[in-house]
Amino acid sequence: MLKAMLGEAWLAMGANRLRTALTMLGMVIGVGAVVIMMAIGQGAQYAVQQTISTMGSNLYIVLSGSFTTAGVRSGSAGAPTLNVADAEAMSELDGVSNVAPTHQGTRQLVYGSQNWSSQIIGTTPTYLEARAWSIVDGAAFGDSDVRSATRVAVIGKTVAENLFGDENPVGKTMRIQQNPFMVIGVLGSKGQNLDGRDQDDTVIIPLTTAQRKVFGTPFLGSVRMIMVQADSAESMPKVEAGITALLRQRHRLREGMPDDFFMRNLSAAAESEAATTRTMSILLGAIASISLLVGGIGIMNIMLVSVTERTREIGIRMAIGARQKDILTQFLLEAVMISFAGCLLGLLLGLTIALGINFVTGMVIVISGSAALVAFAVAATVGIFFGWYPARKAARLDPIEALRYQ
Amino acid sequence: MADPVIRVAGLAKSYATAAGLFPALRGVNLAVYPGEYIAIMGPSGSGKSTFMNLLGCLDTPSAGDYFLAGKNVAHMEKDVLAVLRNRTLGFVFQGFNLLPRMTLQDNVALPLVYAGIGKETRRAAARELLDKVGLGKYADSLPNRISGGQQQRVAIARALVNKPHLILADEPTGNLDSHTSEEIMRLFGELNAEGITIVLVTHEPDIAAHAKRQVRFLDGEIVSDQLTAAVPGVEAC
Repeated sequence: MLKAMLGEAWLAMGANRLRTALTMLGMVIGVGAVVIMMAIGQGAQYAVQQTISTMGSNLYIVLSGSFTTAGVRSGSAGAPTLNVADAEAMSELDGVSNVAPTHQGTRQLVYGSQNWSSQIIGTTPTYLEARAWSIVDGAAFGDSDVRSATRVAVIGKTVAENLFGDENPVGKTMRIQQNPFMVIGVLGSKGQNLDGRDQDDTVIIPLTTAQRKVFGTPFLGSVRMIMVQADSAESMPKVEAGITALLRQRHRLREGMPDDFFMRNLSAAAESEAATTRTMSILLGAIASISLLVGGIGIMNIMLVSVTERTREIGIRMAIGARQKDILTQFLLEAVMISFAGCLLGLLLGLTIALGINFVTGMVIVISGSAALVAFAVAATVGIFFGWYPARKAARLDPIEALRYQ
Repeated sequence: MADPVIRVAGLAKSYATAAGLFPALRGVNLAVYPGEYIAIMGPSGSGKSTFMNLLGCLDTPSAGDYFLAGKNVAHMEKDVLAVLRNRTLGFVFQGFNLLPRMTLQDNVALPLVYAGIGKETRRAAARELLDKVGLGKYADSLPNRISGGQQQRVAIARALVNKPHLILADEPTGNLDSHTSEEIMRLFGELNAEGITIVLVTHEPDIAAHAKRQVRFLDGEIVSDQLTAAVPGVEAC
């Protein structure tokens, strides 16, 4: 019976092809828009997630404080208030998994006839752990290198390409500030960070070497920045409070005196970025759903016209034994079929356009099976929801009136 | 004597109009026995169409009882009436009322779809009846390819497909010329000879003359009921 009814719905759809096609177009555009918007939105979310995962998770940055001289304020990390001993004390705190004091700046690198300006990070081996940064060639430096201030460097991919070209940099010697440094390792690629800066354009050297040979330092052992990693997202508030209390105590700050350091939550910035893209993709989806709604209303409109046009047919069917639910099913089936066919075409259209966008602009798009499933479920719901009223109207017709209808 | 196919007792139907309740039928009593061929006659407004709608289970009476094949169907639910129309009645209309988008075969098979019969059985039954009314070779044509008389034959085939207890024909020749009308009436005569019960509404005396019993309506009541041909085992009321 259902099979026979499907056949009839097919016939009815074919009876007025242009009208069916136009009705379907509403669904095609609606579903297509949803698919494209979801692909773009999820693509953006994916791109942000990728970037965040390269930064390292659950990170705090502690910066040394500012000083004020004759009304001129230095800005953060202007005063040498943090030192290596602070970092060592922090690593004893509960919930802290890695502490890396760092000192960074930009310097010119020279190798043979090539030179290149890059960011130099002087730090301890824990920095690589905190940032989840791997070594793809050679090795990282160890704690002994930091203790003895050896002139070794681990370089990023961009530095390797620009300074060494096709040569293998491991074992080669380059110069920073006239000081020869042996390249002992090459870092894995991390790509851009949230600001769009190339994270691979980096040279990492032992903290002590950086302070003594490259940047110089007001007091031996003072650092401008300490990176702290909590062992989980849950322990981050505890770690923040612990560090603040520890530093205030170590720096002998009395009650009421301001902190002589700054703390920044890197993950919070990343999270807000992720939330922004999430909101954007929801917004895109919501706007696209409006066109789906309009498509649904189009179906309802046409089904109402169809019921009126076919009043006599409904009367005949009732006279020869169609029950109300038979008529209801018939018209509902027609609405759902139009909706499904429109959905299928919309899916194809959406995928084609999304792939086209990816091909032409290189924008990251993510096409998920769940998005397609959602689109299908929505189309079925729209078909049933907007087909219900006209179908019920048809089913409730009085057979005598319907037979008399001209 | 066999039990009647149809027995109505005190059947009445009123319609609400602007001028108050209008009684279209005022207490009609009638029994139709298996194998009968009845013509229901009367001028416009005499209540014969209302009576046919009630007989056809398309409408429910305001008062009275209607026994169809022994069951009182006067106050049944719409969907139950739909099943009754499907299984026990066959309709033939003045305007043929074939579905224009369906082939003749599908038109004839349509009542079987609502009866939940399988596709192969439907096809075979429809084919057999189209052959019976002499239109087997048009089985795959659409209704607009054949003449009015032929369409009415297809409609009759459709009315017969569920092997109903009786056929209700409402002015079946109203849209046909006299020659084609004769052909249709001959077909009804043949069907009746095979034992099929027929109730026919008409206002043309020469069409009514084909029936074996004539019932005349006036102002919502039966005013005459006479046998015009002998039916074995049946007497006029």
